[in-house]
Amino acid sequence: MQALRRLNTDRIRSFFFGSRSRYGLVFTIVLYALLIAIGFVYLYPLLFMFVTSIKTPADLLNPMVQWVPTEFYTGNYEKAYRVLDYPHTLMTSILISVVPSLLQTFVASLVGYGLARYRFWGKNLVLALILAAFIIPPQNTVIPQMLKYRDLGLLGSPLSLILPALLGQGYKSAIFILIFYQGFLSIPKVLEEAARIDGASDLRIFFTIAVPSALPAYIVSFIFSVVWYWNETFLTAIFLEGGVTTLPMQLSRFVQAYENLYPPGTVNIFDRLNEAVKMSGTFLNILPLLVMYFLLQKWFVESVERTGITGE
Amino acid sequence: MTNSNPFRRGVSLRVREALHGYGFIVVWILGFSLFTFLPLIETFRYSLHQVTVTAEGIDLDFLAWANYTRALFTDPNFVELLIGYLIETLVSVPIVLIFSMIIALFLNLDFKLKGLFRTIFFLPVVITSGPVIKELTAQGATSAPGIANNPVVAEFLLGLPRALRNPVEYLLTSFILILWFSGVQILIYLASLQKVDKSIYEAAAIDGASAWESYWKITLPSLSAATIVNAIYTIITLSHFSENKVIQYIYAQTYNVHGGIGYASAMAFIYFGVMSLLLGIVYLFLTRWAKKESN
Repeated sequence: MQALRRLNTDRIRSFFFGSRSRYGLVFTIVLYALLIAIGFVYLYPLLFMFVTSIKTPADLLNPMVQWVPTEFYTGNYEKAYRVLDYPHTLMTSILISVVPSLLQTFVASLVGYGLARYRFWGKNLVLALILAAFIIPPQNTVIPQMLKYRDLGLLGSPLSLILPALLGQGYKSAIFILIFYQGFLSIPKVLEEAARIDGASDLRIFFTIAVPSALPAYIVSFIFSVVWYWNETFLTAIFLEGGVTTLPMQLSRFVQAYENLYPPGTVNIFDRLNEAVKMSGTFLNILPLLVMYFLLQKWFVESVERTGITGE
Repeated sequence: MTNSNPFRRGVSLRVREALHGYGFIVVWILGFSLFTFLPLIETFRYSLHQVTVTAEGIDLDFLAWANYTRALFTDPNFVELLIGYLIETLVSVPIVLIFSMIIALFLNLDFKLKGLFRTIFFLPVVITSGPVIKELTAQGATSAPGIANNPVVAEFLLGLPRALRNPVEYLLTSFILILWFSGVQILIYLASLQKVDKSIYEAAAIDGASAWESYWKITLPSLSAATIVNAIYTIITLSHFSENKVIQYIYAQTYNVHGGIGYASAMAFIYFGVMSLLLGIVYLFLTRWAKKESN
């Protein structure tokens, strides 16, 4: 009887507080409460952005309408689409982010491979310089670059971002080199040595053995690179100003562009610039990234876990 | 066969390996010289001059250290902005580190809907960009609604000593914004957690260690390397962020008639120095902590 009662209390205790194999009810509730609260922190701006963007001008002024607009209004998106010159800036943004990303991922993998697999004099110096290149703020190097581009007539051309990427100096290139360096160090080199004994050249070994074995690192680097290039506004503002225009660039001069299209004096009160239109513009700006993220998120997280990005 | 090449036969294996290695990194060395090293030297040269941009090129007028002394002693804004930057960074880094460590610990557990939460928690990696953050901040979507305007909180803030008031106020108004900088850090912690050998936890549990004890004795020490990486990464990201006030000030001065390229370059170097100093101090502090932790 005594033993039976103890067994029961044990079972109740483990139901609430968990045992070695289960978490227990209290822990589970706390865990989900925290996860939901933190998830809300990240989703709140997105929800806010989306709900505001579909409000009619009347809804915006109505204090009773907070989270549920009276109708699904797409007029803001039509305006934002025109103000952003969407098809045009979208294509530019894709060009400006995908091309340098492909180049910088490839070059970073070459450099990372060279550092991980070969012994040569000055390797530690090169590693230190790579780290330094990551730390140096862009504004310490950007003005001479800009003046040089101006002399060469490259200012405003996508080449001003493609050239540095081609030479391994793209945006945050250092991180990608270190990812590949770590990645290749952690892959055993038995296969490569066997191929070398069979007489394969260095480049052939790199392309046929090293590249396929480091595929997760390539995926991570490419995705991160696209995202960072897409969101970059400091370099694009300096190098591309007056030439091609990316989506974030157009977003940062949204007010001005809106007033060019809809001059404030001439339009009625409902067509004045309001936060619903601004939020539509912001949402259109991140929409391509959101689509990419939801399509690739499985790859994204799993590859990061496999590449050992930590770099110890 | 490579050995039949008469030019290569005399070269020792060691030298040949080195040459092939240089072959892989030569692109980077060229790029580093052209796009980082030479521009850095050039910017330093500008910082010692009054720079005037003309149609043909640029005119340099030697000033020695006048741009630097002007930034540090005459400019009413620059030093204040630098102090603000230091405070904000020092407040943000521990929050980002603790927060991303907690999230990574959660995501390392097994529970239902893990994939969904993981997807949500990595959203900031994709979305965090200057113009988007700026729009959201302007609409009040990034601060905990109304906290700083709450009369009780306002009273509390007024009661604080001056030196503490700014950091605490920044913390209250920007808490959510700070969390938006934690995406990559969560990934780094998560990758590091997955490398910890599960059998150590089992051994500790058999010896009677509670989950709390095994966190402090096993998990935290094994995250020390990732913590150093994350701290450095966070400082650099915050310092390079295009909405950072110091960067915006330097950028504005570049095109200013009274400032100009020379003055902006001098400020850029002072900022770089302050940032390196901060990085160095945080790095030393954390390596000392990591050493203590692993003993």
